[in-house]
Amino acid sequence: MSQTYAVVAVTAVVLATVLVGGFGLRISRTTSDFYVASRTVGPGLNAAAISGEYLSAASFLGIAGLVLVQGPDMLWYPVGYTAGYLVLLLFVAAPLRRSGAYTLPDFAEARLESPGVRRLVSVFVVGAGWLYLVPQLQGAGLTLKILTGAPGWLGPVLVAAVVVVAVAAGGMRSITFVQAFQYWLKLTALLIPVFFLVLAWRGDGAPRPVYDEPAALRHQQTVHVADTLTLRLTDPLPVRATGTVDGRPRHGEALTLARGEHRVGAGTRLALAAATRVPGTAARTEHPLYATYGLIVATFLGTMGLPHVVVRFYTSPGGREARRATVVVLVLIGAFYLLPPVYGALGRLYAPELALTGDADAAVLLLPERLVGGAGGDLLGALVAGGAFAAFLSTASGLTMAVAGVLTQDVLPSRGIRHFRLATPVAISVPLVGALLVSGVPVADAVGMAFAVSASSFCPLLVLGIWWRRLTPPGAAAGLLLGGGSALLAVAATVLGLAPPGLAHALLAWPAVWSVPVGFLAMIGVSLATPGRIPAGTNAAMTRFHLPESLARGGGAPR
Amino acid sequence: MTLAALLFLGPLLAAAGFLLGRRAARQARTSDVGTPVEHATFETLHTASLAAPPLRAGLTAEAARKSARGLRSLLGTDALCLTDREAILTWDGAGEQHHGAQVLDQVRALLETGRDKAFALSCDDLDCPLRWAVAVPLTVDDRVLGTLIAYAPRESAVLARAAGEVGRWVSVQLELAELDRSRTRLIEAEIKALRAQISPHFIFNSLAAIASFVRTDPERARELLLEFADFTRYSFRRHGDFTTLAEELHSIDQYLALVRARFGDRLSVTLQVAPEVLPVSLPFLCLQPLVENAVKHGVEGAVGAGRITISALDAGNEAEVVIEDDGAGMEPERLRRILRGEGGASGGIGLLNVDERLRQVYGDAYGLVIETGVGAGMKITVRIPKYRAGVHS
Repeated sequence: MSQTYAVVAVTAVVLATVLVGGFGLRISRTTSDFYVASRTVGPGLNAAAISGEYLSAASFLGIAGLVLVQGPDMLWYPVGYTAGYLVLLLFVAAPLRRSGAYTLPDFAEARLESPGVRRLVSVFVVGAGWLYLVPQLQGAGLTLKILTGAPGWLGPVLVAAVVVVAVAAGGMRSITFVQAFQYWLKLTALLIPVFFLVLAWRGDGAPRPVYDEPAALRHQQTVHVADTLTLRLTDPLPVRATGTVDGRPRHGEALTLARGEHRVGAGTRLALAAATRVPGTAARTEHPLYATYGLIVATFLGTMGLPHVVVRFYTSPGGREARRATVVVLVLIGAFYLLPPVYGALGRLYAPELALTGDADAAVLLLPERLVGGAGGDLLGALVAGGAFAAFLSTASGLTMAVAGVLTQDVLPSRGIRHFRLATPVAISVPLVGALLVSGVPVADAVGMAFAVSASSFCPLLVLGIWWRRLTPPGAAAGLLLGGGSALLAVAATVLGLAPPGLAHALLAWPAVWSVPVGFLAMIGVSLATPGRIPAGTNAAMTRFHLPESLARGGGAPR
Repeated sequence: MTLAALLFLGPLLAAAGFLLGRRAARQARTSDVGTPVEHATFETLHTASLAAPPLRAGLTAEAARKSARGLRSLLGTDALCLTDREAILTWDGAGEQHHGAQVLDQVRALLETGRDKAFALSCDDLDCPLRWAVAVPLTVDDRVLGTLIAYAPRESAVLARAAGEVGRWVSVQLELAELDRSRTRLIEAEIKALRAQISPHFIFNSLAAIASFVRTDPERARELLLEFADFTRYSFRRHGDFTTLAEELHSIDQYLALVRARFGDRLSVTLQVAPEVLPVSLPFLCLQPLVENAVKHGVEGAVGAGRITISALDAGNEAEVVIEDDGAGMEPERLRRILRGEGGASGGIGLLNVDERLRQVYGDAYGLVIETGVGAGMKITVRIPKYRAGVHS
């Protein structure tokens, strides 16, 4: 692939983000335009902004990679990411907006009137935010590595630096217009290449991808192994290797890698002949059905607790508009999620060797060059790369802003806007270190873990807080600690590689199946055990959450 | 009030009990009513009640002078001195000439620590009766406002104890004075809030401006009247202490439309509003007075054209509203006085009222930030947290 186009595209996206963030949309208006200036954000624009912030590296790169490696089972990812908004729409969107809360800690305080629970929620917001930021940064590293051959640490550092600079310049203030633009950019970046890819595929005779046996290479391929890597093969693989394999230098001779583990040294080139069947790498887990359910629960219930999603609802003028925006979000991200599986299926056909090195997340980036080729392929590749970077930047900035906001307000001593800028480097440096240290977890899986933590802690809090009068502060704290805390520990153990193989690994890597019920039960049980601690303002808060604004205001709270 | 009464009576009774014995020992005067002990109690209470009313005005020189005599007779000392933090307020009794100068040095430590202090006096005058003194702090809410110093010819544990009790009693009186003042301030703030809602001059000026359009441009006059009706309806609304930034800005727009009818091209307004902050809740009518202030200083006094810039930006967890004019500006010292509430009735009621309400709702970190200088215009920055418990429109 021509690096120049891609570098230009990525640079353009980065520059546009920084400049727009730094200078803001400095459109000054005269008074005659007052109504234009003071018009609140409509549901359509708000929905595009929510989608823009929501569609992350996992959506843009990860889903295609998983479909490439694992096949159609992985379609549960886009379904889950979308269905999470359905749950949000049904149970949370409008009441959350009416609560007037700007962040999840705000909601906890508004509903439970307890500074202690507020602080606990803050800790979880920061934790889930950091967990979600790690794969964004890793995705950036991967993209940059594939596009330019830059070392893996450069991408995360670049994204982190751009976010910090833009925030320090006073910008990237979760600007609705910018985030909405990001959605359309990401959609375009996947949609336009897809037309060409499908045309090329039809021109190729429209072969069908097969999932029940190892994918076969259509042409000879050379795999370049940049970093030392361990291959876990389920079937023997004939290759011609140049470099080091299993500690022995090779000089282009043919050999067959037997089933099992093989260490391939950095800088090795593996040439695969046409029609070679690329064996699957070791299955993700020995309990795929359980993993699927874990994924479904986490994504269905976890979306409502993502800090950068909650913040966006505040921008809606009222509860009804918030609900409308959510409906539009469902349509927008539903449309977007039709595209990554296409890339995944085509990747299985045309780039199956990616599965070998664990770089399957790069399928989306490589396909235009593989299928279309020439200058056209380079241009389309550049478009996809720009879109991918838009995905990292928008999600990373939204998350960093949300985490920094919580850090300023509830963790660091508050001194207003200046502290907010100081909190930004803190908010992104921790996940940056995490992204540099931890690797080898597919992007979409890592995001799934953030969803699991969110589903086990914030979902019980929001659902019970909005729909159950008898929730008490001790109950909420217990649910957060037991549900969210156990999910957080399980995920941390998985990421650090502490989980024993087998069923235990599955339970720890996809904790939502058990941790969400634990969270709910702990919250309900402890609340019922402490009936004396029901906050005094519960009825008033419930009234505000559930009555339309006009009614609640017209009723006139006594002064 | 029960607490205040207890605070009041406790020390008083203790002091009374003490003085009782002292008086009884010194001069065994008999009385028509009751036993000598009872009589002494009555006398003490009477003296105390005479000393109390002046102190209710606070710790001023006049109040100190009026109450000092009563306090001295309560303690039965040769001299008594009251100070505030900077100066001697009054000296009752002998010895001011040769002891007055050192008083403030002697009580400096006490003003910091708030603990009683007894000290011996050295004096060149052989006939001076003051050889020993005890100083006690006068405190309100743990702040030391001043001291009470009782002088005696010799060291006396009894006097030290009595002075302590009297000092506490005076402190209670001062606390009541503080309470009175804050109640007065509250009433004033309410009145000012009512007055800040809409100024009568604005009504006259607007109606006059509208009248001038009635013949030349009846359609515009009609529109302006409707704006006027909307604006007054918002300003006079009765329910809720809070509103949204969108509603507040809408009201400001109507206000500016009316003002422009009067000034025409002389007033130009630039707006920059981030749609993200429009749903933010904030105290009712806390921006409109600031815009009115900008119009007053930016255009009304000026000869040429005036420009007002209003921006509402998203700043993390806060919304930042900036109102800027390029008018005459103000002496910073004068502005400081206005914000302290010492500006008199003439000007700045709007600013002071907004500042007070913002601090009351969001805490002292969220008061108005005003940058100004003579001839340099004025820039007012208001920071509003997007969420604060209990604040919702």
